[in-house]
Amino acid sequence: MGRFHRHADGTVHVHDHDGHGHTHEHRDVGDHSGYETGALRVDVLEEILGENDRTAAANRSDLAAHGVRAVNLMSSPGAGKTTLLHAALRRLDGGTRIGVVEGDIETPLDAERLQGLGAPVALVNTANGFGGECHLDASMVRSVLHDLPLGDLDVVVIENVGNLVCPAEFDVGEDARALVFSVTEGEDKPLKYPVMFRAADVVVINKVDLLPHLDFDLGAFRANLEAVHPGVTTIEASAKTGEGVGAFCEWLAGVGAGPAERAMEDRHAHP
Amino acid sequence: MHELSICHAITGICERHAAGRPVARVCVDIGELRQVVPLTLTSCWEIAVRDTALAGAVLDVNHIPAAIDCHACGHRTVLEHPVFRCARCGGTDTSVAGGDELLITSLVLQEA
Repeated sequence: MGRFHRHADGTVHVHDHDGHGHTHEHRDVGDHSGYETGALRVDVLEEILGENDRTAAANRSDLAAHGVRAVNLMSSPGAGKTTLLHAALRRLDGGTRIGVVEGDIETPLDAERLQGLGAPVALVNTANGFGGECHLDASMVRSVLHDLPLGDLDVVVIENVGNLVCPAEFDVGEDARALVFSVTEGEDKPLKYPVMFRAADVVVINKVDLLPHLDFDLGAFRANLEAVHPGVTTIEASAKTGEGVGAFCEWLAGVGAGPAERAMEDRHAHP
Repeated sequence: MHELSICHAITGICERHAAGRPVARVCVDIGELRQVVPLTLTSCWEIAVRDTALAGAVLDVNHIPAAIDCHACGHRTVLEHPVFRCARCGGTDTSVAGGDELLITSLVLQEA
């Protein structure tokens, strides 16, 4: 992917990144105001998360080699990711063969809830990272990916850490991203977390059984979502009553049957 | 708090390019569409470089505004709010033209 870069002296470059960047060095000349005397400037032009992106690409490639697609399942804490996944696994009953990578900061509780539904679960406790991470990254997923029987699966659902900010920044090797939003969270969330809502390929509007008890304005939420991510697919669901769970299962099955290697670069570019 | 992860990623790349030479300044482009809080990033930078060869290096953050190009009329809109709609024709078929940068642009090494 080429990238434009404008230097302080006005020159513009386009660079193709091979993942390792390049370096050229020169004494400061021209208008590099603010640079120290006796300084040597080294052009780097490297993606800060390049190493994560390369690991994510390796995950995607390993999954594709087994004919498996991956879904990054994201939400704020308590929006109902695990409950929705639980309901979907029960409904699918092996029709689309699902494996789960479960991200959780400290506990195996979510993984335990998913036991016994016929889907293999691999647990990543993110506290193994640097002091307890708020998101999964590609290397964490990679560390457990091959614990799953990939040859027997269609889709790996990677349940991210509950958080509407950090997970959007880290490609973990998914082919599609699902965001679970619950109607208890408020209509303004797309405007407050636009990156997350733009990253999603589907937004599941969960806990709609609670709508009669809330002041939540579904029309206003949809307008905010449309402003941030025009045309995004939505599913109104209640993991509790089962409403919309079938539609979510169909979406999962569609990902499983779909083309592979949807790179993360697309996420800011698609209309 | 992924800013700390981002700072650790930056230090890894810096160390490779600096190859043992002292670093005075690290210049990064951060787009507005990246969920990076500037103050958090600079605080995390201090933590990430403490007691390392990069201690004292300044993190110089260049913020890149969010912009979209309209596929219908070609107009470029610089976004002040996260509303992805062309300011000229109202079109929503757009692509991001700026703001998704998360890039180390250069290092300034202090010569001995």
